[in-house]
Amino acid sequence: MKKYIQDLQVVNKMILSKEYYLLELSSNQPLPEVLPGQFAEVEITGSDTTFLRRPLSVHDVDYDKNTISFLVQIVGKATKHLANIEVGKTLNVIFPLGKGFELINNSENALLIGGGCGIAPLLYLARHLKKQGVKVSTLIGVRRSSQLIELDNYKKYGEVLITTEDGSEGTKGYVVNHPVFENLKQFKKIYTCGPEVMMKAIAKRANEAGVDCEVSLENMMACGIGACLCCVTETTEGNKCVCTEGPVFNIHNLKWQI
Amino acid sequence: MADLKVNIGRLELKNPVLTASGTFGYGEEFADFIDLNRLGGIIVKGTTLHHREGNAYPRMAETPSGMLNAVGLQNKGVDYFIEHIYPRIKHYDSAIIVNVSGSIVEDYVATAEKLASLDKIPAIELNISCPNVKEGGMAFGTSCPGAKSVISAVRKVYPGSLMVKLSPNVTNIVDIAKVAEDEGADSVSLINTLLGMAVNAETRRPVLSTITGGLSGPAIKPVALRMVWQVYNAVKIPIIGLGGIMNATDAIEFFLAGATAIQIGTANFIDPQVTIKVIDGVNEYLDRHNIKSVKELTGSLIV
Repeated sequence: MKKYIQDLQVVNKMILSKEYYLLELSSNQPLPEVLPGQFAEVEITGSDTTFLRRPLSVHDVDYDKNTISFLVQIVGKATKHLANIEVGKTLNVIFPLGKGFELINNSENALLIGGGCGIAPLLYLARHLKKQGVKVSTLIGVRRSSQLIELDNYKKYGEVLITTEDGSEGTKGYVVNHPVFENLKQFKKIYTCGPEVMMKAIAKRANEAGVDCEVSLENMMACGIGACLCCVTETTEGNKCVCTEGPVFNIHNLKWQI
Repeated sequence: MADLKVNIGRLELKNPVLTASGTFGYGEEFADFIDLNRLGGIIVKGTTLHHREGNAYPRMAETPSGMLNAVGLQNKGVDYFIEHIYPRIKHYDSAIIVNVSGSIVEDYVATAEKLASLDKIPAIELNISCPNVKEGGMAFGTSCPGAKSVISAVRKVYPGSLMVKLSPNVTNIVDIAKVAEDEGADSVSLINTLLGMAVNAETRRPVLSTITGGLSGPAIKPVALRMVWQVYNAVKIPIIGLGGIMNATDAIEFFLAGATAIQIGTANFIDPQVTIKVIDGVNEYLDRHNIKSVKELTGSLIV
């Protein structure tokens, strides 16, 4: 897929909680096709304390409005700096990057699992799966209920299940403690994004149940286009760039001990 | 429009802007963003005799005004390059230069011999300065006898233009540059990355899997400029300057300090179109100062 570098204008900024915000960017040209699971490299304009772009998952694309949105968690200097951008300003963005999720077809069930900001790429995925006629269940795992965001958006595409580590909402514990894991075989495929330890635990259970599973990795990147070879992960075919061969991998192609 | 042509020994470049090895893949990765035919040269990823998997993740750490890397020369080996990659990139109207690395002298020689047979590879860049491989690599570039052994051996088998990439991790880079000149190198490129380290205070662990890695980006530009200036005053062969060049002004500074051409590295990660902006910016500078040829800038620092 052809990659683009464009100055996109911030048309909407929504502060969702103390640590999450949503940026909606618009292009003065028609947006290219973006696949669920792909990401963008966003320039952190005017930051004196950071140097590189930041890879952000595509959260949603609205072709009618010609906008692309990113759900961002404040985790460091760059995401904090970016949170201060004003509506009307532009961001230089390289996109769409990487390979997306492999979609399944109609009348099958899919389980989408997001841990923390790992829910970011799942909204656009859920939208595509629903369009394909897939029954979507989304399991969201957070530490405490105050971290639950955008639930209504996810509910548009299917049921939403919740776990919180402190038990303040939904099932208490980690995502793998949710009762849905007692009947994984009902799903044709599991898609997940979040902390690696969470994804490994899910991969283990998917593997045991014989359910196909794709994970979206968040390795640190410099270029995002396969030039620097910094973001590699070990696969059955050797070290592969997460930015070009991923960020989505089938668990069978990774060398995870599961 | 000023004259941007430069000569690196027998090799003529249409302009003095090249891409630094390891920051530009094989050029193709940037084909969506720029016209690769506009570049003076493309120095492709470090190539070794045999396939290398490189180092474990994490391989990168962002640092103030720069970054550390510890990729460790991941590549599929010279035979794979010749069979699969070369046919895809040889048509570019830009000098395709292969960066050659190795662990022992014999590997450098065997790799250089294989590349010598390729029509569209007019030069190789001998990497005797990679800080990220355990054996060889930088070890050759940090002592005069080490540098001499590998440069002289490659010179005997490689008839094309031979560029030697120097390590800044030495007491006196001028000594190594003189060895390169004495052993018949056509040019020297400097500097490779500076050995550095990043620590995560919270986890009490190093950020890189290899603990230490190579520092690049604007953080190293003053060191690179100083070394280009020192080497310019000590050798007659052309210098290709690199180290933290982010824009045309940075490139001009390297020309003034003694570089005939420059390489752009880490900046490609931030702006995949930076090379073209530098070419246009150098031209604009020359026109603005009524300088007819970029060659006039080399070493013209007023001191």
